[in-house]
Amino acid sequence: MERVFMKGCEAIAEAAVRAGCRFFAGYPITPQNEIPEYFSRRLPEVGGVFIQGESEVASINMVYGAASTGTRSMTSSSSPGISLKSEGISYCAAARIPMVYANVSRGGPGVGSIQPAQMDYLQATKASGNGGFKMMVFAPATVQEAVDMTFAAFDYADRDRNPVLILCDGVIGTMMEPVVMPEMKGDAEIAAIKDGKKSWAAIGHELDYAKRGWIQPGNWSTAVMQQGNEEAAAMYDNWQKNDVQVEQYKVEDAELVMVAYGISARIAKTVVDKYRADGKKVGLIRPITVNPFPYEAIENLNYGQVKTILDVEMSIPAQMLQDVSLAVKGRCPIETCLCSGGNIMKKEQVMDAVAKLI
Amino acid sequence: MEKIYARTKGLRPDVVSGFCPGCMHSTVIKLIGEVLEEMNQMDNAVAVLGIGCCGLHMEYMSYDNVTAPHGRACAVATGIKRANSKSLVYTYQGDGDFASIGLGESVSAANRGENITVIFINNGIYGMTGGQMAPTTLLGMKASTAPKGRIAEEHGYPMHMCEILNQLTAPYYLERTSCNTPQNVLKTRKAIKKAFQNQLDGKGFSMVEIVTSCPTNWGLDTMKSLDYLNEKMLTEYPLGVIRDNG
Amino acid sequence: MERNLCVAGFGGQGVMTLGKFLSQATCDSTDMNVTFFPSYGAEQRGGTANCFVVISDENIGAPVADKMDDLMVMNQPSMDKFLNTLKSGGTLFINSSIVSNDIGRDDVTIVEAPVTELALELGNAKVLNIIMLGVYVGYTGIIEPQIIWNTIEHKLGSKPKLLPLNRQAFEKGMSIGVAARK
Ligand SMILES: Cc1ncc(C[n+]2csc(CCOP(=O)(O)OP(=O)(O)O)c2C)c(N)n1
Ligand code: SF4
Repeated sequence: MERVFMKGCEAIAEAAVRAGCRFFAGYPITPQNEIPEYFSRRLPEVGGVFIQGESEVASINMVYGAASTGTRSMTSSSSPGISLKSEGISYCAAARIPMVYANVSRGGPGVGSIQPAQMDYLQATKASGNGGFKMMVFAPATVQEAVDMTFAAFDYADRDRNPVLILCDGVIGTMMEPVVMPEMKGDAEIAAIKDGKKSWAAIGHELDYAKRGWIQPGNWSTAVMQQGNEEAAAMYDNWQKNDVQVEQYKVEDAELVMVAYGISARIAKTVVDKYRADGKKVGLIRPITVNPFPYEAIENLNYGQVKTILDVEMSIPAQMLQDVSLAVKGRCPIETCLCSGGNIMKKEQVMDAVAKLI
Repeated sequence: MEKIYARTKGLRPDVVSGFCPGCMHSTVIKLIGEVLEEMNQMDNAVAVLGIGCCGLHMEYMSYDNVTAPHGRACAVATGIKRANSKSLVYTYQGDGDFASIGLGESVSAANRGENITVIFINNGIYGMTGGQMAPTTLLGMKASTAPKGRIAEEHGYPMHMCEILNQLTAPYYLERTSCNTPQNVLKTRKAIKKAFQNQLDGKGFSMVEIVTSCPTNWGLDTMKSLDYLNEKMLTEYPLGVIRDNG
Repeated sequence: MERNLCVAGFGGQGVMTLGKFLSQATCDSTDMNVTFFPSYGAEQRGGTANCFVVISDENIGAPVADKMDDLMVMNQPSMDKFLNTLKSGGTLFINSSIVSNDIGRDDVTIVEAPVTELALELGNAKVLNIIMLGVYVGYTGIIEPQIIWNTIEHKLGSKPKLLPLNRQAFEKGMSIGVAARK
């Protein structure tokens, strides 16, 4: 397979096009501008539609509309823009509309800094809008993973009729790395995905009350509402059983286990290798899906052997720490190694944090 | 020797401009500082900065300023002014900020006749984020999200904010100026002063739209961007007083 | 083995292109891992630009290393900003036309090339980055010159008129780099 050298943002956009994404609406914000810019050139080539919305609020609602027709649709932004999209995301989740979006996140809160950060973890995994909905959230650590996850995300979204989030950061979004692109889905396949499988889409139906396309982000009936919430909750439980993705790196005999995702995990992994070269028993658990979170992998560690867990993330205060604590259940101390505000985690800092614990 | 010209006290003396070479933002912020000094308002002014290159000078402004969320400057300014009406409150916003994401807040503040001043920088493009299309982008003008240039059928037409606000009853003063010639720089200065004075006199909403260049994202050098401004921008956006109720 | 490089200079000096050619060539013609990480957004207002390249036969962690093996500075402000990131024993490539070699450190090797002047001599100020790229490849031998040249040729494909000039620039740099290797 041919390696191409691509910027994370552009690779995400190309992967989406290959997965059959034919509608994108977005609004400029650093460090994800190359996603809308790429789509603006690429989508017209494949008969798709690109719109620069007048705001993030407009863009997510354009996607809500486009996805309501069954068209594979996407939006993207960075942290403060994602906050503005939260209303529309909640509407998509409520109306069970499949769509994919990417958060190329940066330092926060507020307008923050344009530099890379991992400060939207809780927003992404726990409350991306009102009403307690959840989404599958993928956290790529390489440009290749960003591509593979984006490509797969559209299938997950369609399977569940639910939004899917690609949670990356300014490093993954702006750096270039070699990638192998998945094969482009053919027009027939894309047409089949759109028209064949989505009987719920609002594209006009024969006059029949039961068969009409009916996209509803709420209901007057509290009973209907509760039923919808219960169905969604059952789906979330299923993710936890079937869809968790995690990388466990040299944890079998580890006495110190780091937990890190995305760009931090990449750095943590090189630290594991450094210490392993000196015979030190250090390992890494890397959540690949941060929701569903790999609680089991952490829960099932041998706490007779593991002395300390080290939570490594680019957020102050720590956020993923909450999920890690839920899994560790007080069986060993959890320490943190943190930076934030747009500072990229330094290998030296992680090396030092580990040195203090072994 | 007698000192006949000094940098405005509105900007710290020891800092180099953060703007690109040839950017007219630096001319305008200088004018604002000079006018505030002249009107003896430096200690009474609160600038509300939009998000964009319009905020690049915030770290070396020496008078009070508040950075608003992208597009919300007119709402933030409304709050400041209503809560503390003695302040001289002005917003400083780019075209993406004022006319795209903030259109709702902008039109609504004007429609309420808020007693604030808007300094609206129209450079026809998104500066800070790297040359994406703005509501004010000219037909045919290339942008990083409009690789074939702005096409009316797809993107609509350039928005004329002074004329749009002129449809409302409440605004008191609307003028469009530029900084393309020394003469127009002086006219801009006068317009800013007038807009501030209106606010001090309790007249309500005033806006000065200033047509400027963005050499970096127009992809032109300083001189060529001036030509483009003169030939293209000013044809689409003719200068002059659009409304003056005074 | 991992090798990392920081390239820094003014906006118009082609700093990003230099880094991209090097990393693109590595991707195209080797099976090594490589990352290219540019400065971006408002960082570039006011006219500075920099990028980081990491080349490794193992997995690459951060695309910005804590300490640089190699640093290339095209203007004085970049020297002031980045010199302290160069590791002891590292190599400093300077555009000696406009950057002083008086750096107050004796634990690094300096390779000097007056690339601004050389580019002007060749008749086009813009090729200074290609000369510097040649210097780097000539000095470090990190990648076969032919591989880099293939990438340059490919990237300039739409402007074949520029090829001879760039070839000259690249070779000029190569010879300076090789001579400095000793
Ligand atoms: C909610 C939100 N969306 C997007 C951005 C990114 N952003 C920063 S500046 C800017 C617009 C810049 O253009 P303009 O308003 O025309 O001002 P200029 O830079 O040209 O002065 C945008 C979209 C942001 N900071 N916040
Ligand atoms: S990008 Fe444009 S608007 Fe921003 S500082 Fe540079 S020239 Fe001025």
